Amino acid sequence: MRPEDRKYAPTHEWAKIDGDTVLVGITDFAVQQLSHGQVSDLVYCDLPSVGRQVEMGETFGEIESVKAVADLNSPVSGEVVEINPVIEEHLEVLADDPWSEGWMIRLKPTSTDLGHLLDAAGYEKVVAETQEA
Amino acid sequence: MKHTPLHDQHVAAGAKMVDFAGWHMPVQYGPILDEVRRVRAAAGLFDLTHMGRVRVAGPDAIAFADRICSAFVAKIPEGAIRYACLCAEDGNPIDDLLVYRDGPDEVFLVLNAANAERDLEWLHSHVDGRELTIEDQTDELAMIAVQGPGSTAVLQLCVEGLELAELGYYRFGHGDAFGARDLRISRTGYTGEVGYEVYLASDLAGRAWEELLAAGADHDLAPIGLGARDTLRLEAGMALYGHEIDGEHNPIEAGLGFAVSFKEEKGDWIGRAALERVKANPERALVGLTTAGPRVPRQGLPLFAGEEEVGQVCSGAVSPTLDTKIATAYLPLELARPGVEVDLGLRGKRQACIVCELPFYSRTRK
Repeated sequence: MRPEDRKYAPTHEWAKIDGDTVLVGITDFAVQQLSHGQVSDLVYCDLPSVGRQVEMGETFGEIESVKAVADLNSPVSGEVVEINPVIEEHLEVLADDPWSEGWMIRLKPTSTDLGHLLDAAGYEKVVAETQEA
Repeated sequence: MKHTPLHDQHVAAGAKMVDFAGWHMPVQYGPILDEVRRVRAAAGLFDLTHMGRVRVAGPDAIAFADRICSAFVAKIPEGAIRYACLCAEDGNPIDDLLVYRDGPDEVFLVLNAANAERDLEWLHSHVDGRELTIEDQTDELAMIAVQGPGSTAVLQLCVEGLELAELGYYRFGHGDAFGARDLRISRTGYTGEVGYEVYLASDLAGRAWEELLAAGADHDLAPIGLGARDTLRLEAGMALYGHEIDGEHNPIEAGLGFAVSFKEEKGDWIGRAALERVKANPERALVGLTTAGPRVPRQGLPLFAGEEEVGQVCSGAVSPTLDTKIATAYLPLELARPGVEVDLGLRGKRQACIVCELPFYSRTRK
């Protein structure tokens, strides 16, 4: 089971309340899908500028592997107040620790209600369905 | 989805399998960039059984092939191979292919998997009463490539009756291997390295794969997926149907003039008149691009000169051999010169690219 201290979007991002902000990242499954477990196949992660407003479901960045590009979609609406500076130079943190070291953006959310997102058990079903497809 | 006879061996080796032109094929066994480096430095093994294989034979086979292929088939010596396009009347290809000259009245064609069915229909619809047979051998034959500097040594460990080191580029012969006699073996490939393609009965493929892996153990040989194959061919400046050439991109502007014969003796062939007009008055040219920026140029992304959109990316990849990102694109002739700068458009952002000559990589021009 994946961490239960946060919520998940079916597009494989996670959101975690941290004080009055929300941390956003992508799941281990997203990283696996993109890189097939080969972290050296990840080539680039494009994150937004601090100060940008993002809407729930809006694409805030892209992550790219040797053969594929995936959108990063914001699970909540809000203002980007911080980006993880480590990721640009060290994409391997996404594979090593997507849950804490590998956070991507910190949002000042318009609402801290994450009720529209999936809990860990709900996300588990999404993963299972994706793997079967 | 169709499976090659090696499918279960790919899965057992941990390959990531994808749908490729209706076939369940290995895209990678490990990191793609490592697979590219291995083929450049040592040797790689490829399952190419998804490609189409067709025998055309009969008294009119060569004249027929000259009617539909851009290369001058009648002039191909027996035992030699030519690259060619199958063009429509407008000169744009419906596929590209290899033509093996098997005999006075016989050729063997190797087609792209994605187009093989359409190609066969095209062939049949252009027979026009000529005396020949068209035999689809795709299912009965498997196709395995060994590519890289170690390929000659590895394959020769398995092959008797054919001296591979003596086989010229784009030549083929027949050798005994994997318990069978007279297998077609050609010095061809899609990597820019020395390499071979071996054709064998489907039921021999599993045994051949294992014997080649064993023979390659001392040569750092490993199986290579379609992902690395695409990067290898792009580094070597080789066109891929659906990227550099397609129903809107002709072989002349693609720089494939070597595959197009306007010799009078070849007679009229489908697409000839249109391609003669293109040759007399080309509007664009396929070029290489390199970019030091962080993003990989992907097919379809726009290219700008100032504010003007001047082209689109055909193929792009991370090149471990050149240690940069590379791409191909068509540009207007005035921009198709080495050193010209164009910008890759990325959702409003720009990334600088520099035009260079193709190929990016040549084994003999290091």
